[in-house]
Amino acid sequence: MTDTTQNAAGAMDERLRQVSIWKKLLNRPELGAVAGTVLVFVFFGLVAANSGMFSSKGIITFLEVSAQLGILAVFASLLMIAGEFDLSVGSMIGFAGVAIAIPAAVWGVPIWLAIIFAFVLAVLVGYVNGLIVVRSGLPSFIVTLAGLFILRGLTIGLTREITGRTQVSGLKQLSEGDPIAWLFAGDWFGFLFANNPTVNGIPASIFWWLALTALATWVLLRTPFGNWIFASGGDKLAARNVGVPVNSVKILLFIGTACAATLFAAIQVLDAGSADTNRGLLKEFEAIIAVVIGGTLLTGGYGSAIGAAFGALIFGTVQMGIFFTGVNTDWFKVFVGVMMLIAVLFNNYVRKKVTEAR
Amino acid sequence: MALLELQGISKNFGAIQALDNVDLRLDPGEVLGLMGDNGAGKSTLVKIMAGNFPPSGGEIRLADEAVHFHKPVEAREKGIEVVYQDLALCDNLTAAANVFLGREIKLRFGPLKILDYKRMYDRAGQLFAELKSETRPRDLVKQMSGGQRQAVAIARTRLRDCKIILMDEPTAAISVRQVAEVLDLIRRLRDQGIAIILISHRMPDVFAVADRVSVLRRGRKVADKTTKESSPEEVTGLITGAIQSA
Ligand SMILES: Nc1ncnc2c1ncn2[C@@H]1O[C@H](COP(=O)(O)OP(=O)(O)O)[C@@H](O)[C@H]1O
Ligand SMILES: [Mg+2]
Repeated sequence: MTDTTQNAAGAMDERLRQVSIWKKLLNRPELGAVAGTVLVFVFFGLVAANSGMFSSKGIITFLEVSAQLGILAVFASLLMIAGEFDLSVGSMIGFAGVAIAIPAAVWGVPIWLAIIFAFVLAVLVGYVNGLIVVRSGLPSFIVTLAGLFILRGLTIGLTREITGRTQVSGLKQLSEGDPIAWLFAGDWFGFLFANNPTVNGIPASIFWWLALTALATWVLLRTPFGNWIFASGGDKLAARNVGVPVNSVKILLFIGTACAATLFAAIQVLDAGSADTNRGLLKEFEAIIAVVIGGTLLTGGYGSAIGAAFGALIFGTVQMGIFFTGVNTDWFKVFVGVMMLIAVLFNNYVRKKVTEAR
Repeated sequence: MALLELQGISKNFGAIQALDNVDLRLDPGEVLGLMGDNGAGKSTLVKIMAGNFPPSGGEIRLADEAVHFHKPVEAREKGIEVVYQDLALCDNLTAAANVFLGREIKLRFGPLKILDYKRMYDRAGQLFAELKSETRPRDLVKQMSGGQRQAVAIARTRLRDCKIILMDEPTAAISVRQVAEVLDLIRRLRDQGIAIILISHRMPDVFAVADRVSVLRRGRKVADKTTKESSPEEVTGLITGAIQSA
């Protein structure tokens, strides 16, 4: 008698636990992006199996594209969880690119110093963006939209003023022997590919992407600052009442997105050996798409950095996959738009289910 | 000596004068009922004492010392805890995260500090049990009932020893049984020597626990007497204006 009751109770517990693990999984913002990644890989695994997409070189190619976007997306996700947008990151990429290239190529400043200079400017731009947003109370959408135009205009205007052109080249030779250039544009672990003449190593950007995703996730889930990010995006008044420095949190995250754009710029400029005033065009939207596919809510307060990293992986994989399969790349944008819509609908549906299930 | 003393507090929101020359005193270990109609200025007064915004005029004295709060944390550091009328909770966080928001329990690894979820869940669970609430620390506040939210907001005031708790309509959105629990809690807190300002619309609540009652009408204080010397009828008259002042 006693035995059966105990057994029944045990079974109940077991079921409760299973439900809660399942629910926990559903509750994770990145679920949709992970499922989407699996789908994308299955699809291209079938369609592009013999195209070279999944050779070492092919894999590195789509990972590199994903990594560069991922660096932007991870920081954009932190900012969006805190309830703000940064539409100026694309222009910041162009701006940071020439902020590295002009001092280095025109004024003879060492590359490492030029990179530091660009990061200092990024901190300043992020700080000003953030300060205007928190002080004025205006939507960051509007404030950073202004930033988008101002920074792009400054980039083109200043570059043409100083160099007479819209491109600055000649950084390849300059970066040889530079103490920190390898951090951005190097290929690492080349020895792994010693007998593969097509691959020099794993691009540094891929390591940046992985490391920054891990760091952002750790900050979000394990530190008080992460708690404050969620609280700032959830209810900033409530957060402020209990002593969360909401304004400082937001300003720091704006500095984060500007620095991510600068890292992106450093990687591309050193990789290509030149800066172009048009670099980074539309990257702000690509980053937002990756973040949204990653399950972060546009309204703030809910989201994940890992999700954003997966969103970027989907984006990069599809972009290169379409290239490898030989489909006209014009279709890529249609695909991206549809994918984002599906992701948003899916995330919305899951969230409703989760809240109803309680 | 009064624990907390407001002298001539006024507050304007543009053309609206929410408070007009209000004096208020709170003695140690006392429960003060603050009553008034909707819009009388009760919440505004609470927010001034809590450091949400400064008064337009007048002075706040804490243990005979003038204080100027620029933000809520400063009031809290002086031992004033608040349960806001709108509860001021982050819906997207768990109950425990809300209780500890801004004062997270941390584990130290050298220079790194990480959240100690286990201790926060345990402590929040204890606090909810003390409040006789079945609130679960891991649940999202979004999915909670009015009573559970109330428990979260009250639990937050119990993290640290404080001298004063301001409760703005803590019984407005909860069940009869939960009201009894909250009133019980107020008595226990008073027995521990904590002074409480209880704002409520519910006459029986105030007369059940308050030692003294102050009445605001249209931003002015119209009465201040011990509950023994007053009656629910008189206070009702003072609130509505049927009785001018007492
Ligand atoms: N932030 C604010 N801005 C403008 N007016 C306000 C603000 N807060 C309160 N008021 C006004 O001040 C008066 C008193 O409000 P309140 O203190 O909330 O009253 P109570 O809590 O007694 O119901 C009301 O007329 C209200 O509209
Ligand atoms: Mg009120």
